Amino acid sequence: MGPEASLLSRIAPGVLWIGALLACLLSLDRIFALDWEDGSLDLLATAPRLAVRAGGGFGLGLAFFLIVTVLVPFGVGPEASLLSRIAPGVLWIGALLACLLSLDRIFALDWEDGSLDLLATAPLPMEGIVTIKALAHWITTGLPLVLAAPLLGVLLNLPQAGYLWVLVSLALGTPALSVIGTFGAALTVGLKRGGLLLSLLVLPLYVPTLIFGAEVARRGAEGLTVQTPLLMLAGISAGTIALLPFASAAVLRINLR
Amino acid sequence: MSIWEYANPVKFIRATDRVLPWVSALALVCLVTGLIWGFFFTPEDYRQGSTVKIIYLHVPSALMAINAWIMMLVASLIWIVRRHHVSALAARAAAPVGTVFTLIALATGALWGQPMWGTWWAWDPRLTSFLILFLFYLGYMALWAAIENDDTAADLTSILCLVGSVFALLSRYAVNFWNQGLHQGASLSLDAEENVADVFWYPLLVCIAGFVALFIALVFLRTQTEIRARRARALLARERRA
Repeated sequence: MGPEASLLSRIAPGVLWIGALLACLLSLDRIFALDWEDGSLDLLATAPRLAVRAGGGFGLGLAFFLIVTVLVPFGVGPEASLLSRIAPGVLWIGALLACLLSLDRIFALDWEDGSLDLLATAPLPMEGIVTIKALAHWITTGLPLVLAAPLLGVLLNLPQAGYLWVLVSLALGTPALSVIGTFGAALTVGLKRGGLLLSLLVLPLYVPTLIFGAEVARRGAEGLTVQTPLLMLAGISAGTIALLPFASAAVLRINLR
Repeated sequence: MSIWEYANPVKFIRATDRVLPWVSALALVCLVTGLIWGFFFTPEDYRQGSTVKIIYLHVPSALMAINAWIMMLVASLIWIVRRHHVSALAARAAAPVGTVFTLIALATGALWGQPMWGTWWAWDPRLTSFLILFLFYLGYMALWAAIENDDTAADLTSILCLVGSVFALLSRYAVNFWNQGLHQGASLSLDAEENVADVFWYPLLVCIAGFVALFIALVFLRTQTEIRARRARALLARERRA
């Protein structure tokens, strides 16, 4: 080919693409290999099922979300314009509370029957365990809430433009709620009546997520630009997912000592 | 001779016993002079009238409410890294003091806000983040109280303090983004062009010094109490075993 600049610059994009593709291809077999070896795939497959059995499943959280949404018009009056103005915030608070309700079930059963001690001695690092537990919590609680939110929006007279943004903001924000909640659950895992304490510890930690999430939904419903809060919300989710499992794992290790 | 020698509880108690009367006296003198000077010997503000005098309680307590949390953060870090029990106990001892300072700042702020803004409370960023800080203090103290094993409690609360600090900071900026405020900006900065006038500034400085000394004295005292209480519990446990 030779170092001819014009040719090189013409093929550069293609070469970069092919290089990236090949690099991707080479590492494909590593995606599940380690997870297969250390058993996190098994844990990932069973964790949502266990979470449902532990009582933190789809039903309870969804029912709670529904009740909160139904109660709000009784509290503030059935005026349509008022309801449509507060709908995004109410949906966010309802989802957050429904999420909070099921947090203490994340580790409860595993703690009681001793499987948490077994997991701690498994080759899988504690950080992986808490991440998978958080993921299971999100699949069983967060995801149903996200999907139910547009339906409940009808009850609150949510503006047409708001449906998409409520869905997007909840889909982006609920993983952060689950991960932060897992940290709280790990803190209070050994306590007899940890539920109330768990709420007191977790709710202040939920503030930034709630602010940016509800802001996305509100701005979206009013037809304003949502870029800034959306980026902040995504940043909070990404940051908590990346960093908080280390704190949760440290806390869980202390509690298992 | 290094600062870590005071991690020894006996040495800590001996050293703080020597310092405590002086710090307490300093707190008393500074607070009495600062408050009397501020309340009776400064002019009234040309717009705010005599309500400006709330500043002598409001600003120092708000300052120390934040500094108390920072001190807890440092003490928690020291506990995590070097595992000195005095450090964990000092963090525990500082929490109620910081909570009370936060409450004083919120209450005096409400008293000041009523005549000036026409409302006891507004969802202003500074006010809101102080309320959130108050919730963080409550959660921290509740976690300390809930766990029986001393070392476990120290470990868990120090990690909560670390994580909480990050989220408190995050909330501070989130709240800023969320609502515009009534509260004035910083007017005590060393580098700002427009600051509080000198007549108000000097008594305020004395009050701040008083609050710092008060905080140090209270934390020393409460840490001593925690150490002695723990020792008493250990002695009782030993007696029961024998």
